[in-house]
Amino acid sequence: MQWITLRPIMGLAVRFDGVVKEFDGVRVLHGVSFELAPGRVVGLLGENGAGKSTLMKILAGYEAPTDGGVAVDGQARRFDGSRDAEAAGIVLIHQEFNLAEDLTIAQNIWLGHEKKTPLGLLDDAAMRAGAAEVLAQVGLQRSPDTPVRELIVAEKQMVEIAKALARRARLLIMDEPTATLTPGETEALFALMARLKAEGVTIVYISHKLDEVERSTDEVVVMRDGRFVAREPTASLTRRQMANLMVGRELADLYPPKDAPPAADVPPLLAVEGLDVPGWAEDIGFEVRPGEILGFAGLVGAGRTELFEGLLGLRPHRVRRLALQGRTTRLRSPRDAADQGLTYLSEDRKGKGLHVDFGLRQNLTLMALQRYARPWLKPQDERSALHDAVRRFGIRTGNTETRASSLSGGNQQKLALAKVLHPGPKVLVLDEPTRGVDVGAKRDIYFLIQQLAREGRGLIVVSSELVELIGLCHRVIVMRAGRIQAVLSGDQLSEEELIAHATGTRH
Amino acid sequence: MRPERATETGARATGRALWGRLHGLGPIAGLVLLCLAGTLLNPDFATLDNAMNVLTRTAFIGIIAVGMCFVIISGGIDLSVGSMAALIAGAVILLMNALGAAGWSSTPVVALGMVFAVLLGALFGIAHGLLITRGRIEPFIVTLGTLGIFRAYLTYFSNGGAITLENALADAYGPVFYGHLLGVPVPVWVFAAVALAGALILNRTAYGRYVQAIGSNEQVARYAAVDVDRIKVLTYMLLGICVGIATLLYVPRLGSASPTTGLLWELEAIAAVIVGGTALKGGAGSITGTVVGAVLLSVISNILNLTSIISVYLNAAVQGFVIIVVAFMQRRRR
Repeated sequence: MQWITLRPIMGLAVRFDGVVKEFDGVRVLHGVSFELAPGRVVGLLGENGAGKSTLMKILAGYEAPTDGGVAVDGQARRFDGSRDAEAAGIVLIHQEFNLAEDLTIAQNIWLGHEKKTPLGLLDDAAMRAGAAEVLAQVGLQRSPDTPVRELIVAEKQMVEIAKALARRARLLIMDEPTATLTPGETEALFALMARLKAEGVTIVYISHKLDEVERSTDEVVVMRDGRFVAREPTASLTRRQMANLMVGRELADLYPPKDAPPAADVPPLLAVEGLDVPGWAEDIGFEVRPGEILGFAGLVGAGRTELFEGLLGLRPHRVRRLALQGRTTRLRSPRDAADQGLTYLSEDRKGKGLHVDFGLRQNLTLMALQRYARPWLKPQDERSALHDAVRRFGIRTGNTETRASSLSGGNQQKLALAKVLHPGPKVLVLDEPTRGVDVGAKRDIYFLIQQLAREGRGLIVVSSELVELIGLCHRVIVMRAGRIQAVLSGDQLSEEELIAHATGTRH
Repeated sequence: MRPERATETGARATGRALWGRLHGLGPIAGLVLLCLAGTLLNPDFATLDNAMNVLTRTAFIGIIAVGMCFVIISGGIDLSVGSMAALIAGAVILLMNALGAAGWSSTPVVALGMVFAVLLGALFGIAHGLLITRGRIEPFIVTLGTLGIFRAYLTYFSNGGAITLENALADAYGPVFYGHLLGVPVPVWVFAAVALAGALILNRTAYGRYVQAIGSNEQVARYAAVDVDRIKVLTYMLLGICVGIATLLYVPRLGSASPTTGLLWELEAIAAVIVGGTALKGGAGSITGTVVGAVLLSVISNILNLTSIISVYLNAAVQGFVIIVVAFMQRRRR
């Protein structure tokens, strides 16, 4: 990888000329035109469905534009697949990584571009050495022979970036790179982005997190409804202005005003004592009262998700005492929990939350299907339930008979929420309820959570977004390495306090 | 979203739904074309007698295929059904002969034998289900194992030859296969009843919805409070019951069970399900399609028997080509 030091690389300049994209006759990009200057970090903003990802897929060769085109360094280009774009130095790092879990880091980095010996055999030594160089460049201290399966999410992302560098990327597109990173890992990523920029790489950074965009980018491009809206130097915009540009209207306050916490003498809806989930959580105890919103903060790997999966019987666990609505009980499965008034929204929407190949109706009623079976299912009853849910939760869809996969991320999340609420739970555990959701939908979800608390339910919100916990919760439990580190409420709720407890720098 | 785009997507979705429905008609269209070809090639094809003959032959595989359809939609597979049918047939005949020798009269013996066939099938199915769920072994492996076990035990019980039903009992049992009701053979009635019940269970009960949910994404189903293990065990039990029903119709046909009984039935049943448009990876499928698939495969062999264009020896080859062509036509939907 001598070329990096010997020959400073030039970032690519890109111009979009009236890019139009249609899927089956539906126009998702309406003639987008703007330029990306070389060697800068550009934040690409827009709500879900604004067309950001589609535009970037066109730039990276995954999709062909219906009309208009892309010029790279002043030359009109039409890429014939992502390999073609990679050859031109444009690499897109997907939100879901493209890594073969069973192969090593080095094998992944050279996948499809393997180095060969003169005899045509794989040149493992050269590939290992090349991999070690790019790994050093991104600052990942791992042997190139480590199987990718053994890496944590943040490390996998670094491997993706190293892979792009090994392919001599001069324009790097990152789609929501920090969605699954802890604050510390996010800092490391920003430092890496700054180094790459200094080396001349153009970076396009797609994110919903405006604070991160504000800190890490030179300029922002805003898209809305498949159109280009604005391109401004980041320093000239406030977060509020960015949000308003994305939504296209004045955005009222993101969080509802907090209600007073329930009185301490109100009997709890859920009381847990001495819960162990071997390998993940130890001696956990907490209570939730009617009308209370209880937050769970912690770094990735602190055991928050695993704690609740254990509580629901999805993982082996032991519990000293568990009381739901005042009754001491045991939960062996999510069925048990749902029957006793506790449901759980998974953080993993596609893998555990929704049947994306199913219709909206089948997803909505799945957890409360017995209600519709008398003994034959009544599709018309399910349909009217769906119509109610679409209205109540503000699910935006042209057609209610469509599959869940055709909804945007925010609307899928609203459907998932409607689904876990359908059995009528008294206690609701929401794990990362706004992950990958745009600002407008986020606000809807926050107001919905407050509404549910007002109805007298107990709400538990697990989140990696500290501002969300601070804006929403009465109390926040901070977990670290499987144990409860602190319980914060009222004035104690600040980002500094939460981070200090989550990282163990305060006791 | 602005209103005109909303209607645009709506219209497109309706169009796609219509296309999907047309696509679902593929197997039926294939069957109709095949029947037209059969009629042109041999006038004997389009007779009521021949139609009943074909449907009666289809009944065994068709009934098993209905159960197989549930298993495949749930994301599983059962390779043992042919061997299971053979072992059930042998066990039923041994039981009936023993009861007959003990002096029981024919009718209760036959009735008991039929009940025994269904019970044994359910029992084998539950065993499969428990090994797959509690034992956490792949269904392919479990049923590959029992495929060998079932057939070996039949061969052992029959000493490598045939287990034959006593004549008196065979006469009493005969009408279950050879009898007619309103001009339609009994096996065809049973086949129709099983298919109808299967369609109703799959599409209009909570259990049927759970089966589809598990096949579409087992994790999501588990998190959505579906009792995945129980539903899976029930699904293999349902298939076992279907095998039991198919076997109780089959026993009076020949009145014997031998090591070649039910040979390759598992592949024919799986083929019928796949030709009927159900994805092997599970999640979605249709009973109607499965029934059409089963009929389509036996119409092919019927036409080859009636005409001399293609050698009867090539029957399996023609069926194989049909399976591949159907899979080819459906590959875009996945």
